[in-house]
Amino acid sequence: MRRGFQHGLWNPFQQLRNEMDRLLTDFFGATTEEFLPSMFRAQPAVNVWEKDDALIVESEIPGVKSEELEISVTGNQLSIRINRAETSEEGVTYHRRERPVGAVCRVLQLPVEVDAEKVEAVLRDGVLTITLPKAESAKPRKIQVAGN
Amino acid sequence: MKSEKGNAKIKAEGNAGREPTRPGRCYRPNVDILERDDELLVLADVPGAGRESINVKFEDGTLEIHAVVPARQDEGQDYLIQEYGVGDYYRTFQVSEAIDAEKISAAYADGVLTLRLPKAEAVKPRRIPVSTA
Repeated sequence: MRRGFQHGLWNPFQQLRNEMDRLLTDFFGATTEEFLPSMFRAQPAVNVWEKDDALIVESEIPGVKSEELEISVTGNQLSIRINRAETSEEGVTYHRRERPVGAVCRVLQLPVEVDAEKVEAVLRDGVLTITLPKAESAKPRKIQVAGN
Repeated sequence: MKSEKGNAKIKAEGNAGREPTRPGRCYRPNVDILERDDELLVLADVPGAGRESINVKFEDGTLEIHAVVPARQDEGQDYLIQEYGVGDYYRTFQVSEAIDAEKISAAYADGVLTLRLPKAEAVKPRRIPVSTA
């Protein structure tokens, strides 16, 4: 795990908490809203990185169609909800069943303020890429040094 | 692991004996394998792979899946959160069921590779009617 936290909010404790949340939800499938029915459902893993003017959140969610996806930004919270169609088949024998099923939700605390109006999401070949442009106040500003 | 029942006709998998010939990480895709009366269905999660860069081979009862996944970020990219790595997918399966290799078909959509392995005629279950005297 790399650490490149330029912002106070991305402190190691927050990271640890995120990891714990993920582990626990992996284990119990429990976000606050979905408790028992979603036992053993894994949350989608994410990679997050930062550009000068935007945050990029990427997630591999193979098999999920765009209409099964609900992405929302509230304040500095990004939530990704996946409502997978139940695909269990009757009368067949499953020799392996490793691919995730069911509905899951992942909530991320964003380290900077973003412009919720301009968030864009692209789903291609099972890879979801969300671009969250930073709010003006959060963008780095070049300050001209005046000479005499 | 739940719902793995029946005498597994697909066993002993792994990367034994095969060394990747290109650098970079290789991941094992998650799969669902279903058996219907007339076919085996393999669903493999290979997100980010290009349609042209998936190789499926079936030889001597070994099914091999190799999907090339191009890097999406620069190698030196710093991440705020990094929970997965990006790299090729590789996995093999031993299929003991008699398969009609000529009729194997593959499709790729939404990052999922779907393989249909039709059973050879001889092993399809046949219903034998019992006549009453």
